[in-house]
Amino acid sequence: MEDLGGLVVKFAVVVNEGPYTHQASDTAYQFTKSALDKGHEIFRVFFYHDGVNNATRLTVPPQDERNVQKNWSELAEKHSLDMVVCIAAAQRRGILDADEAKRHGKGDGSANIAPGFRISGLGQLIEAGIQADRLVVFGD
Amino acid sequence: MSDSKRFLYVNRKAPHGTVYALESLEVVLIGAAFEQDVSLAFLDDGVFQLVKRQVTTGIGVKNFAPTYRALGDYDVKKLFVERESLEERGLTEDDLMEVTHENDDEEDVSSIEIVDRARMAEIMAAQDVVLSF
Amino acid sequence: MSTLHTVNKSPFERGSLASALAHALPGDAVLLIEDAVVGVRAGETAAAQALKAAMPGCAIHVLGPDLAARGIAADGVVDGVTIVDYGGFVDLAAAHDKVQAWL
Repeated sequence: MEDLGGLVVKFAVVVNEGPYTHQASDTAYQFTKSALDKGHEIFRVFFYHDGVNNATRLTVPPQDERNVQKNWSELAEKHSLDMVVCIAAAQRRGILDADEAKRHGKGDGSANIAPGFRISGLGQLIEAGIQADRLVVFGD
Repeated sequence: MSDSKRFLYVNRKAPHGTVYALESLEVVLIGAAFEQDVSLAFLDDGVFQLVKRQVTTGIGVKNFAPTYRALGDYDVKKLFVERESLEERGLTEDDLMEVTHENDDEEDVSSIEIVDRARMAEIMAAQDVVLSF
Repeated sequence: MSTLHTVNKSPFERGSLASALAHALPGDAVLLIEDAVVGVRAGETAAAQALKAAMPGCAIHVLGPDLAARGIAADGVVDGVTIVDYGGFVDLAAAHDKVQAWL
């Protein structure tokens, strides 16, 4: 281990599991929050596989429980995080933005992507791997 | 320093029971367009992803196994399979499908290299980015 | 070139920890998170022995909040295992050249 002595590291974070069933999204959130608190940079958070389910605005967890989607959205707003949801994985699992909802004829108001998330291609994951100093994967 | 990075896709799960093998392959295919130095590692139950004669009609899902054979067309030429993982599961190289690519002399050569565990550890250590699914 | 290996599966249920330890090289570090932390309880378990055998060539760390959540006391872990918080996880990820998840 080298001593980085306060050096800023550019992280990319990958989340491969949805909220609530698996701890992966919670761990990824805590990691991302800690990295930002320490002054590091988060190049992108990429949601893949069931991880795309973190991006639905339609979850209504009990009030005394954490709201995983809201936690991510608020963190993104606070730190201008780039949170990308894989389009292919999202389409399979019913996560749609307004454009996608329209394109697939799912009707007005069926877009369910939460604030702070955007839908894009897998190329964004590869780009994150190229651009970031460290890519950290959280999954099952 | 070269501007391309060494990417390793680590496959440790059997196919079909979960989506990971399929969606990992989708990343590999998309990633191929980025002209990075790409390798795939198959170890633990991941070696089952390359077993030949996978028939998925009975489980009602699309068989993506033939896509591995197309990797050469995407310039993905390095598939490392761990020998110990094969042996622990009663498999040999003969149980694996043929995956080839064209070499500089336009000959079809195997993209699959069977490596022992120590060599696999070295291959992993030499990467810049490790993607696990 | 050193690697931080993360493991999140119980070694009593899956082979992820054994596989990670079998591929880690001297100078690497292993961090146990989520369900993997159940493997660091001191005692005559196969997991504890595997961790002891891996040290000191490979530093072993465990995520404290995951230990606490599973009722494992900080003083009840295998000797030599370092307990870190999420900030420590970030420090480890920054200090090594890459992070490899053994999902």
